[in-house]
Amino acid sequence: MKVTFPHMGNLWIVLKTLFTHLGLDVVVPPPCTKRTMELGVRYAPESACLPLKVNLGNFLEARELGADTIVMAGGVGPCRIGYYAAVQHEILKDLGYEFDMVVFEPPDVHFSEVWDKIKYLNRRPWQEGVRGVILAWQKACAIDALEQQLHRLRPLEEKPGQADLIFRKALEKIDEANDRRSIKRVYKEAESELNNIHRRSINPLRIAIVGEIYTVLEPLVNLDMEKRLGRLGVEVVRGLFISRWINDNLFKGIMPLPNHHPEKTAPPYLNHFVGGHGWDSVGDAVAFSRSGCDGVIQLAPLTCMPEIVAHSVMPSVQQDTGVPIMTIYLDEQTGEAGLQTRLEAFVDMIGRQKNNSLNKGIINI
Amino acid sequence: MEGKKWRLGVPRALFYYYYGSWWKAFFEDLGLEVLVSPPTSKEILDMGVSLAVVEACLPVKVYYGHAAWLSERVDALFVPRLVSVERKSFICPKLMGLPDMLRTALKPCPKIIDSTINLSRNPQKGLETAVRSVARTLGFSGSKVLKAKEKAEKCYKAWLAKQREDKLTAGTTENPINIGIVGHGYLLYDRYLGMDIPHKVQKLGSRVYLPENLTDDEVEEACRVLPKRLYWTLGQKTMGAVLNFMERDDIDGIIHLTAFGCGPDSMVGELAERYARRCGKPFLLLNLDEHTGEAGLNTRLEAFVDMLTRRCSA
Ligand code: SF4
Ligand code: SF4
Repeated sequence: MKVTFPHMGNLWIVLKTLFTHLGLDVVVPPPCTKRTMELGVRYAPESACLPLKVNLGNFLEARELGADTIVMAGGVGPCRIGYYAAVQHEILKDLGYEFDMVVFEPPDVHFSEVWDKIKYLNRRPWQEGVRGVILAWQKACAIDALEQQLHRLRPLEEKPGQADLIFRKALEKIDEANDRRSIKRVYKEAESELNNIHRRSINPLRIAIVGEIYTVLEPLVNLDMEKRLGRLGVEVVRGLFISRWINDNLFKGIMPLPNHHPEKTAPPYLNHFVGGHGWDSVGDAVAFSRSGCDGVIQLAPLTCMPEIVAHSVMPSVQQDTGVPIMTIYLDEQTGEAGLQTRLEAFVDMIGRQKNNSLNKGIINI
Repeated sequence: MEGKKWRLGVPRALFYYYYGSWWKAFFEDLGLEVLVSPPTSKEILDMGVSLAVVEACLPVKVYYGHAAWLSERVDALFVPRLVSVERKSFICPKLMGLPDMLRTALKPCPKIIDSTINLSRNPQKGLETAVRSVARTLGFSGSKVLKAKEKAEKCYKAWLAKQREDKLTAGTTENPINIGIVGHGYLLYDRYLGMDIPHKVQKLGSRVYLPENLTDDEVEEACRVLPKRLYWTLGQKTMGAVLNFMERDDIDGIIHLTAFGCGPDSMVGELAERYARRCGKPFLLLNLDEHTGEAGLNTRLEAFVDMLTRRCSA
């Protein structure tokens, strides 16, 4: 049994750790590239959502490396993710590839069922599996903490790209780390290197990124949006991180993570869960707008149902908070030039708006 | 607002095509004046298209149009938050947010009766809760509500039975072929939005079978072969009908009518088409959007019917 899984940003480091500790032979799919996207798009239904397509590409590329078992997340409605596995399975079958698919089905399942599936996969004593879960969680937290620093630093660096370099190196070392101590050491090292970067003394604009988690976390499909914004002198903040995904999907929300209360922040604009991350997108847009962000960008795969709902109510949020919100739908046809133009225009606009309100403030005094 | 004689607007779109008879009977029994928007027209469609976000699916845009048409003519709009109409199933994320979406889009927006309808855990209790909540918002409670509910259920059952019997199976030629047409009710029965495809196909000389001609048991039975339970009510209905038609020798081909940008159908339709292809049943996918032209559509339907006729006489 050679196990693979879909890519989503840096999630692979976490999953690889977990599965390796379960004693599995792991095939990490090659990093997402244009080829991955092309493979997925070629065989997936045209109107399927983007994550299904790119993930299919991951599986096909992993198969070239010998993978025969896929572990992935599912669901029992209301959104499409719960039927990804079934559709992908049939597509792979028609292509002549038989994969064994192990699907974790949140949110209807309990931790015990997750545990049963882990037991099915587990080849080693359970203590080792538990150690794997803990280690994987620690890696996720370390990656997320470093990434947040990266977001703050990008707009400030004198020489753009340094922080990214340090982050990428740290990711490699976190991937190799085998115990809590080494994760901590890597983290500390990277942190001090980041602290030594020469900074410009400017007050950057802050933009919150909200939206569907895959388009937020996967640089291939958002065309490196965060890096682009950083280069434009923008500090990015977001509420979605790998640790939150793991918490929501695998731990069923048992970890108390901060800033995650759509039921409090999304009403009266959106008063109900709508599948996927739609409710969170609205809630986060409100929370970030109120806590001093200068703009909000909502990301979504084209045709993403929960995000279409969220997008539809965003004008009301924007009207009440006064903070501009831009929605960007992404698919395989999204071009770099067009995206860059939209980002520049948006950043320009919120920069002007911020200046105006600052000037007004001075006059008022 | 107790004691007031409400003029309540019910958009003739989306789930009106499933529960319209229930809703109308219920509200009328309570003594309300119910105004249902007129059948979809170009004017209504255009209004909806201009109000909704571009990325929304066509049926949702049409719903916006109906709501907008009603908004100046009524005291309140009935836009229930339809989460689920049966155990462990959902309808579509968009319907879970529809009342909120309309509040942003309609300016000015009348009061919206947006009681949540969620029968996924416990259908009976869920329905009672929903009915009571709708009635309370309108200022009604107690036995009057129960009576209205009973009345509504009766009307609904009668309507369902009639719909099941209503067949487009009178062939217009001597040796008609048989075509199963599947899709969401608001596409099959909204003659403007769905371009009246069932009747068009019938006029081309075919007998037409619709998902509503099947019983729930038949649908469920057909869906047993699926690798995983389909948790979308309409998806299950569509898929069940496809699987049923696929297995039947008396059905010559299947047409799947879907709306461009429909999330659930992108999955259900893909599976249905793959299954149909594997068993060699001709399958035509028609994806409607606001730019679909009548002429092109007719050509495709004619070609499909011709192909089936040739196959059958060969
Ligand atoms: S949330 Fe969006 S991307 Fe995810 S399954 Fe649903 S429609 Fe697809
Ligand atoms: S089920 Fe499809 S057509 Fe109906 S509202 Fe949802 S996305 Fe639109």
